[in-house]
Amino acid sequence: MADTIATNLSGIKHIILVLSGKGGVGKSSIAMQLALCLVQGGNKVGILDIDLTGPSIPRMLGLDGKQVHQASSGWVPVFADENQNLCCMSIGFLLQNKDDSVVWRGPKKNAMIKQFLTDVCWGELNYLIIDTPPGTSDEHISIAEYLKDVNPDGAVIVTTPQAVALADVRKELNFCNKVKLPILGVIENMSGFVCPHCEECTNLFSSGGGEAMAQEFGVEFLGRVPIDPSLTLMVERLDDTTLENGLIKNYIESNLYKAFNKISDKVIAKVT
Amino acid sequence: MSATDIPENAPEHCPGPTTEQAGTASACQGCPNQNVCATAPKGPDPDLPFIKERMDSVKHKILILSGKGGVGKSTFTSQLGFALANDENIQVGIMDVDVCGPSIPKIMGLEGEQIHQSLSGWSAVYVQDNLGVMSIGFMLSNPDDAIIWRGPKKNGLIKQFLKDVDWGDLDFMLVDTPPGTSDEHLSIIQYLKESGIDGAVIITTPQEVALQDVRKEIDFCRKVKIPIIGVVENMSGFVCPKCKGESVIFSPTTGGAKKMAEDVKIPFLGSIPLDPRIGKACDTGVSFLDEYSDSPACKAYLDIITEIKSSLTTQGNF
Repeated sequence: MADTIATNLSGIKHIILVLSGKGGVGKSSIAMQLALCLVQGGNKVGILDIDLTGPSIPRMLGLDGKQVHQASSGWVPVFADENQNLCCMSIGFLLQNKDDSVVWRGPKKNAMIKQFLTDVCWGELNYLIIDTPPGTSDEHISIAEYLKDVNPDGAVIVTTPQAVALADVRKELNFCNKVKLPILGVIENMSGFVCPHCEECTNLFSSGGGEAMAQEFGVEFLGRVPIDPSLTLMVERLDDTTLENGLIKNYIESNLYKAFNKISDKVIAKVT
Repeated sequence: MSATDIPENAPEHCPGPTTEQAGTASACQGCPNQNVCATAPKGPDPDLPFIKERMDSVKHKILILSGKGGVGKSTFTSQLGFALANDENIQVGIMDVDVCGPSIPKIMGLEGEQIHQSLSGWSAVYVQDNLGVMSIGFMLSNPDDAIIWRGPKKNGLIKQFLKDVDWGDLDFMLVDTPPGTSDEHLSIIQYLKESGIDGAVIITTPQEVALQDVRKEIDFCRKVKIPIIGVVENMSGFVCPKCKGESVIFSPTTGGAKKMAEDVKIPFLGSIPLDPRIGKACDTGVSFLDEYSDSPACKAYLDIITEIKSSLTTQGNF
């Protein structure tokens, strides 16, 4: 079976996982922003969402309600832009009703992940970004195992600055070391919020913890991403069909792009 | 052993995967699951009666759930625990079944504590006389160790927390869960089915990306027939400490938790504003409700806790 995974993924140059021990720190939003920056840089990018019980990627890319098509070569991923530079696959595209819960134990989740790797026709991609659920359990063990033969480039670790989140993320760093997955670096998300009324910056979830942890573990600190409610709004307004094809354009024009592009450049430098 | 246990790809006359004939009946010939069924343990789980016996001394069992991670399940669980235990005649236990990312020990100021073993079983770690806590965090030799376990090992530990921990007589057991609708959730519900679960408190944040996952959790509760006590909206709105101007951090573009609760017809328990001091209190392991008892967030917490208590009363079993 490992052979089929390797053959099916043979058109992909770089594979990057987005991991965190903690939930709700922004793994999916970081995966999306990384993808958008890479696409803007002229790359063909795919996003694979292996968070099976709580998939967020379809919503993030304004693709709620889209369906996967079946071709003779396998499942065709869903494209997020007109030029077909950004495609993605998520269990969200396979549900009849988007509020349906996916009540699966480990073995079924593992089988689904394997199918995403063997049956989706990813084609030629410069980057495949894999978005994961929080934790160090079935999904993570399986993806690390399945990807062993294709040598993924490594993992980007996402955290928020407060100690409670860092405690879980340290476990994730140790997980990467145990399964010998290279760590590309740590991103500190939700680091500070600038009050729109008085410009005072409040550290909602403390600050600086991500950088200190990266130093302690001897891995690169890729940067800080502030809380910007405009990103939530941008994502949430994608429902509006007039904006559906404008995600990349909207993002490039936002303040976040300037900050995140530096992070994305660092990631590119790490893998090339 | 209900019909739902039968896999979709089973033959028409499947005897059921947990029956005595599983894997050996004539209908099983050629079924892709035959081997699994033939080797899996048969009959009802022999541990369930032991769990029932232990849980007989627990009056109320409440699950804290959310489809989404990082919305404040553990924070809410701990504050609910602290608040209930303020009455020294009430015995409270907190069980943390987030095996891969346990947050309860840190939030409750118990980091570095160890579990003790006695003749009557494992003893929980106590914050105060009437507030006991159990978490895998107490069992690690190094707090940074990753718990790289697949489902069955996680389920085994959860079972031990219910069966082997000497909880004593409890008025409330609060179960803090990881995000999702998978092994941990199915197991805790399966193990507690016979003893009865009062209900689930569902935590969310206001933005649609979170609500989407939370709707799945509500669908899950309905599928497994767990009553929903209500929904709490956390991190809703932020008041700048300098200018007192209010901002929305996670925009409720689809109406937030209140609208969702109305849509799916479950009680809305209230909203808690984002206060950086809550996070700080959690990082240092102190009770936010005691430290900042005059803050709006504290009032919001207490109102919600009152709602939860009264919902248990109206069910007639408080």
